[in-house]
Amino acid sequence: MAKVTIDGIEIEVEDGTTILQAARKIGGKIVPPAMCYYGPLKGSGGKCRVCLVKVTQGSAKDTRPMPKLVASCITHVQDGMVVENTTNEEVLNARKSIVEMLLINHPLDCPICDQAGECNLQDLSYEHGVSAQRFEEERRTFNKVDLGPYIQLHMTRCILCYRCVYTADQITEKRVHGVLGRGDAAEIGTYIENVIDNDFSGNVIDVCPVGALTDKTWRFKNRVWFTKPLDAHRDCPTCSGKVTLWTRGEEVLRVTARKDQYNEVEEFICNTCRFDKKETSDWTIEGPRHIDRSSVISANHYELPVLNVPIVPNLPVSTKKNLPQE
Amino acid sequence: MGLKILTEHINVPGIETLEVYRKHGGYKSVEKALKTMSPEEVVEEVKTSGLRGRGGAGFPAGMKWSFLAKPEGVPRYLVCNADESEPGTFKDRWYMEKNPHGLIEGMITSSYALGANTSYIYIRGELMFILRILEKAIAEAYAAGLLGKNILGSGYDLDLHVAPGGGAYICGEETALLESLEGKRGNPRNKPPFPAVKGLFQRPTVVNNVETISSVPWIVNNSGAEYAKVGIGRSTGTKLISASGNINNPGVYEIELGVPVEEFIYSDEYCGGIWKGRQLKAVVPGGSSVPILPANLILKTAEGEQRLMTYESLSDGGFVTGSMMGSGAFIVFDEAQCIVRNTWNYSRFYHHESCGQCSPCREGTGWMEKVLHRIEYGHGHQQDIDLLVSVAKQIEGNTICPLGDAAAWPVAAAIRHFRDEFEWHIKHPKEATAPGAVYRGQLDAVTA
Repeated sequence: MAKVTIDGIEIEVEDGTTILQAARKIGGKIVPPAMCYYGPLKGSGGKCRVCLVKVTQGSAKDTRPMPKLVASCITHVQDGMVVENTTNEEVLNARKSIVEMLLINHPLDCPICDQAGECNLQDLSYEHGVSAQRFEEERRTFNKVDLGPYIQLHMTRCILCYRCVYTADQITEKRVHGVLGRGDAAEIGTYIENVIDNDFSGNVIDVCPVGALTDKTWRFKNRVWFTKPLDAHRDCPTCSGKVTLWTRGEEVLRVTARKDQYNEVEEFICNTCRFDKKETSDWTIEGPRHIDRSSVISANHYELPVLNVPIVPNLPVSTKKNLPQE
Repeated sequence: MGLKILTEHINVPGIETLEVYRKHGGYKSVEKALKTMSPEEVVEEVKTSGLRGRGGAGFPAGMKWSFLAKPEGVPRYLVCNADESEPGTFKDRWYMEKNPHGLIEGMITSSYALGANTSYIYIRGELMFILRILEKAIAEAYAAGLLGKNILGSGYDLDLHVAPGGGAYICGEETALLESLEGKRGNPRNKPPFPAVKGLFQRPTVVNNVETISSVPWIVNNSGAEYAKVGIGRSTGTKLISASGNINNPGVYEIELGVPVEEFIYSDEYCGGIWKGRQLKAVVPGGSSVPILPANLILKTAEGEQRLMTYESLSDGGFVTGSMMGSGAFIVFDEAQCIVRNTWNYSRFYHHESCGQCSPCREGTGWMEKVLHRIEYGHGHQQDIDLLVSVAKQIEGNTICPLGDAAAWPVAAAIRHFRDEFEWHIKHPKEATAPGAVYRGQLDAVTA
C-alpha cells in the first residue's frame, strides 16, 4: 500500500495504482481530466497530456520533486508522494495551453456535431480553455470516410487519442484500424478505407472522446440533451446485453454501453444490441440512468469544476479590449 | 594534430575489408575482452573512461550500461542507434561507410560487456548503401569466427543483425527506435519503464550511438584511465564533429574535446575560417535542435571566458547565453544568411517529423511553422514574435519524448538572440522578401 497526497487530500492506495486512479478514488474536483486514457483499454494514456500534474515530492524516501510535469494517467504512485493538481498554477497553465493546442485543428463545429453535449473536449475547453483564439492559420481538414453502414469517421474532429485503435486491437479479432501518416497529418484509417466488419466494431464510437466516430443510425436524429437515458438489458448471446437507451418519447434513438462519470464503459456491447435493437419491446427497461457528469447531458449541472481557474486567461495584448466605462 | 581514436586508419585504402582492418590492429579489443576480461571489467573500464553518449544527450555510457537490469534467464539486447537524422549531422554515416568493422568490433566488445547474445544495428532507411557495406562486413566477421557461436573459442555467442528503418527522424529517439525495430509504428513509448528495464521485446536493452560504441574498442585496448586523460574535465575523449555551413572546409573532424571554438572555426586544421572572407554571424553548435548562438556568444561565454568544444563549456550560461554539444553538428552561418528563414526551415523539419502522438508537439510544431512561414514571406504581425515564444514554451517539457523540446528550442533561441531581425522582417516586409535580402543591424553594431 502506498500513501499519496493529492491537492492536500491523503489517500491510501495499492502499489501500482496510477496517480489518476488514486485521484479518481478521492473523486470530486481534484481529478485530472483525461482525453486519451481509457481504463478498460490496456496501454492507453500518456498522449493527450491534459492530465499533467506536478509531483512536488517523489516519495517518502526520495523527497525531491519531479523535474517536469508528469502525465498522471501513466505515472505510478510511490509511498509518500505529494501531487499538486488544481492547486498548482504551473499545472493549470500547462493544461490550458494543451487545451489550446487540441483546439487549433479542431473544427469547433459543435452546433452540427452529434457528440455535442457529451463531448469530452467540449467539457474540457469549457473548464480549462481560453475564450479567444490565437491560431489564425488554415486548419487541417480531411474528407469524411465511410466505414460501412454503421460508423462514420470524420477525421477533421479527431484529436488522435488512439482509443479507437486500442479498442480495435484489444476487443475485436481482426484489426483493420490504425493510424496512418505522421504529425498533424496523421489520421485514423482502415487501410484503405476498408469497411470495419465485426461484431464489436461499434464500440469505437463509445470510446471516441469527440465526434470523430459517430453512429450512423443516430446521426442528425436529435440532440443528446433532448433524449432521456434509460438503463435496459436484453438476453444477448454475444455480449452482456447491459446498455443505456437514449429515448425520446416512446422512440429509442440510440443505444450505447453504460458509461461512468469519466465516460468509461462498464462493459463493451455488440453491434446487434447497438444498431439493430431499436424497439422498446426488444429491451427490459430497468429505470432511468443517472448521468453523473457535469455536462449538458445531465441538464442544469454544468458548472465549473475547478473554481480557481481564472476565466479570463492570458490573452495576447491585441485581443484584449477595454470595456467602456459606465 | 590531436589524438585520433576513431579515425586513425580511416583513410587507409581497403580499411572496409576485414583483412586490412586486422592488419591495422582491428579486433584486438575483441580478443582482449573475450579472453582476458570479465564483462564487469569491461563495463568498469568504460565507466572510468568517462565516455559520454555521443548521440546528443551526453549521458555517461558506463552509467547507462550499469543501469541495465539483469534478471536470470531473460535475454538482453544491445541496439546501436545508427538512425542519424538530425539536420547537420553526418558523422555516423561517414564513419560506417569508411570503417564498418570499427562499429562491428565495438558491437562485439560492448555486447560482451552487457551479456547480450543478440545485437542490432538500427540504420536509417535512406542509408541503404551503408546497410550493404555493413552486411558485407558482418558476413566477413562471421566467416572469420568473430561473430556467431563460440567467438574465438571463448564460449561467447553473438548474432549481429542490421535492420533498416523507414527514414523517420522520430525513430532516432530510443524508444521509438525500439518500437520500429519490433515492427510497429515508430511512436515513442511512455517512460518509465526505461529501456534498461523493458526495452526491445520487453527485455532489458541498451541503446547507444554509433560513435559511442565505436569508441569502446580503444578503451578496452588502452584502458579507460588512458581515455579519461584526453579531453577536459567531464568531457573526456575525442568527438566526431560534422562541420557544415559557410566554412572553407566542411567535413567530419575528430577533435579532442577541449579545442577552443574559435580555433575550430578559424584554424586551417579544421574548418579553415568563413568562406569568401565573410563575417561570422551565428553558429548552431550541436545539430538543428540545440539553441543557435550569435557570433559574440559562441566564441566567448557571457562571462568573457573562451568557449571550448566541451559539453560543459558549450552549455555554459544555460539556454540564456549558452547552447549544447548535442550530436556535434557544427553549423556555421555567415553574414549573408537569414536567421528567420533558417528558423522557419528547422521548424518545417520538425513539423514534418513530429510523430503526432502527443498533442503539444503534433499541433504546436505545425503552428510554429505556419507563423514563421508567414513572417518569412512578409505577412507577419508584431505580436507573432511573442506568440512564437509562448507556443515554444507551451510545447517544451510537456511532451512524451524530446522531439517537442527539440522543436521548441531553436525557435525560442533564435528569437532570444535575433529578435531585432524578426522585428525587421515584420516591419519591412518588402525589403525582407526581396531576393538576397539580409538584415545587418546586429552585425553592423558588432563591427562599429
